[in-house]
Amino acid sequence: MARVEVRGLSKRFGGFQALDEVGLTAREGEFLVLLGPSGCGKTTLLRLIAGIEEPSRGEVLIDGRVVNDVPPRLRNVAMVFQSYALYPHMTVRENIGFPLKMHHIPKAAAAGKVEEAAGMFGIGGLLDRRPRELSGGERQRVALARAVVRNPSVFLLDEPLSNLDAKLRVSAREELRRFQRRIGVTTIYVTHDQVEAMGLGDRIVVMNRGSIRQVGEPREIYERPADTFVAGFIGSPPMNLVEQGDRLVGFRPERFLPAALTPKADAVAWSFDVTWVEDLGAERLVYGTLGGKASEGRVVSRIPASVPIAIEAGRAYPFSVDRVDLRWFDRATGLRTEGGAP
Amino acid sequence: MTGQDDGGGIRDRAGTLAVLMIAPAIAYIVAMIGVPLLLAINYSLSDATTGDPVHHYAGLVNYRSALADPVFRLALKNTFVFALVSQSIVIVLSRVLASALSMPFRGKWAVRFLIMLPWTAPIALGAIGWLWMYDSIYSPFDWLYRRAGLLGKPGDPFGPMTNIYWLGRPTLAMASVVIVHVWRLLPLATVIQLAGLSAIPGEILEAAEIDGARGWRKAAWITIPLTLPIIGIAFLFGIIFTFTDMTIVYILTRGGPVNATQVLATWTFFKGIEGGDLAQGAAISLFMVPVLAGIAALLLRMARRAEVT
Ligand SMILES: Nc1ncnc2c1ncn2[C@@H]1O[C@H](COP(=O)(O)OP(=O)(O)O)[C@@H](O)[C@H]1O
Ligand SMILES: [Mg+2]
Repeated sequence: MARVEVRGLSKRFGGFQALDEVGLTAREGEFLVLLGPSGCGKTTLLRLIAGIEEPSRGEVLIDGRVVNDVPPRLRNVAMVFQSYALYPHMTVRENIGFPLKMHHIPKAAAAGKVEEAAGMFGIGGLLDRRPRELSGGERQRVALARAVVRNPSVFLLDEPLSNLDAKLRVSAREELRRFQRRIGVTTIYVTHDQVEAMGLGDRIVVMNRGSIRQVGEPREIYERPADTFVAGFIGSPPMNLVEQGDRLVGFRPERFLPAALTPKADAVAWSFDVTWVEDLGAERLVYGTLGGKASEGRVVSRIPASVPIAIEAGRAYPFSVDRVDLRWFDRATGLRTEGGAP
Repeated sequence: MTGQDDGGGIRDRAGTLAVLMIAPAIAYIVAMIGVPLLLAINYSLSDATTGDPVHHYAGLVNYRSALADPVFRLALKNTFVFALVSQSIVIVLSRVLASALSMPFRGKWAVRFLIMLPWTAPIALGAIGWLWMYDSIYSPFDWLYRRAGLLGKPGDPFGPMTNIYWLGRPTLAMASVVIVHVWRLLPLATVIQLAGLSAIPGEILEAAEIDGARGWRKAAWITIPLTLPIIGIAFLFGIIFTFTDMTIVYILTRGGPVNATQVLATWTFFKGIEGGDLAQGAAISLFMVPVLAGIAALLLRMARRAEVT
C-alpha cells in the first residue's frame, strides 16, 4: 500500500502538450479512476507514474518520496497495459513468474506464488498455455496475475476491460473491485467509460485535454459537476444544459419529468415539445425542445418504465424539475456557480 | 445457369487466373535455374571437357573421383568452416550493432546509412581493397603494428619478421577470408536484426522493464527469444551467401596457400573452367545443392514462424 502523488506534472510531445500542470493524490488503498475522453492524456499520466515516460516538468511521489529519478523496476509499481503486453513466447506460468525471476526470488517460492496468483484469478488450469491460445478475458486475467504476483504497492491499470465484450466486462468489473478490496492495494485505473468509472472508483478524476477538470466521489461528480465539460461527459444521456441569460442551467434527464410526477410547489415548469421517443424497455428516452426556446433548448427526459403516462412525438407536455436539482454554470467560463432563479 | 456466366470472364475463374499470374515466375525459374541445373547434372554424368563439350555418358565416375580427391575434401570442409564461423561472428556483432542502433541518439540515420555502405559496394571492389590491406609488404595493419611496437623486432608479440604475411600462412589466410566475409555480410544482418527488434511491440519492452528486466537479462529473456526466427533467417541467408561466394577467395588467395582456403565454389571454377574438366567441375558444384536446398527449406519454415509471432 502506498500513497501516490503527482505535483505540477506536465508532458510535451514535440509541440503537443499532452499533460498540463496535473496535480493529484491517490490515498493509501484507494481505488482511483482516471476518466476522460480518448486522447486526453490518461495513459500518459499512468506511464509517468510508472516511470516509463519522463515528465517535462513536475514531480511524481510515492509515499512522499520523489521518484522522478527512480527507474520503473524500483518503484514497486505493477502495470496492466491496454494491450496486456503478455510475453508471447512464454507460457502463462512463465509470464506470471517473470517479475519474480527478475527479482531473484528462489524458484520454489516463486512457483508457489505463481500458483497462488493464478488461483486468485481462476486461471490455474491455463498455466501451460501460451498467450495466443487464450481468449481476451483469459489474457486479461493473466496480465492481472502477473501484476499482483510480486505484491506491488501500486497498481496501474490502463483500460484493462476495454478489449472484452460487453457481458464479460460487467462480471470482470465486479471481480476486479472485489479483488482490490481484498488485497487493498492503491490502484489507479484508467478508463474512458463513465459507467466503469462510476461503478469502480472510490474517487474519480475527470480529465480533458491534458488537465484535470474535477476530482471527487462518483456521486459528487454526478450530482455536482464542476463545469459544463464534466456535466456533459458524465451520465448517459448527459446533463441537459439550457441557456438562461448569461448562465446555463443544467438538470439530469431523470430529474426532468412530467409535471404530474413532481407535484412540489418548488418545481420549475416548462412546456416540453416532444420530437422523438425511444422506448428502451426499462425506460423511455424522450427528446425535444423547451417551449419558447426553439433552437437552443434541446433536452432529454428519462422516464422509468414504471411511469405509465403516454407520451407521443409531435405534441407538447408540461414537464418540470425540482428546483434543488437545478445546476448553474457560467456561460463564459463553463464553471459551476451557486443558486439563482430561472 | 441463366445465361449470366459470360459476363465475368477470366476474373471469375480464380484457378485460371492464378495459373496465369504465376506462369511468368515459373517460366523464369525453369529458364534460369531448372535448365542450368539439368545441364550441370547432365555434364556431371559425362566426360565433357571445355575443349570437347560433347556428351558421352560416364556414370558416377566424376563424383567418385571428386570424393577421392583430398583437395575436394579440404574445399568442402573449408566451405563449411568459412560459412559457419563467419556467420556466427556476424550474428553476434550484428546483434550488438542493432541494439546500439535501435537506441535513440543524434545522427542515428547517418550511422545507419554508413553501416549499410559496404553492402552497396560491388563485392569484387571490396575484396580488392582488402587484398591491398592484407598485402604481404605494404599491409597497413603491419605498418600499424610495427609503429605500435608489436611487430618487427625480436621479442615483439607478433614476431620478429617485418611483416605478418596475412595471406601467406594457412591459418591466417583462413582468418583473413573469414574477416572479409564478416565485413561483407554484417550490414545485411544488422538491418535484418534491426527490423526484428523494431517489430517487438513497445509495451512488451516496457512491461519487461517494469517487471525488472534490463540489460543482458532483458536481451536473454525477452528480445533475443522474440527475434529468434529473424536471427535464424539472417544466419541462414548469410550461410547461403558465403557458401556460394567465390569472389572473395578468388581475389584474395586463389585458394592458397596450397589450397588452405580453397572452397567448393573456387575449386569448381579451377577444375571445371581453368582446368578444363567440365564434367568434374559440374560434379563438384552439385555437392552444394542438397545443403543449399536444406537451408532454403529451413528458411521457409522460419519465415512462417516469424510471421506467426
Ligand atoms: N509518444 C508520443 N508521441 C507523441 N504524441 C503522443 C505520444 N504518446 C501520446 N501522445 C499524444 O498525447 C495525447 C494523449 O495520449 P494518451 O495519454 O495515450 O491519451 P488517452 O490514454 O487518454 O487516450 C494524444 O493526443 C496522443 O496522440
Ligand atoms: Mg489510453
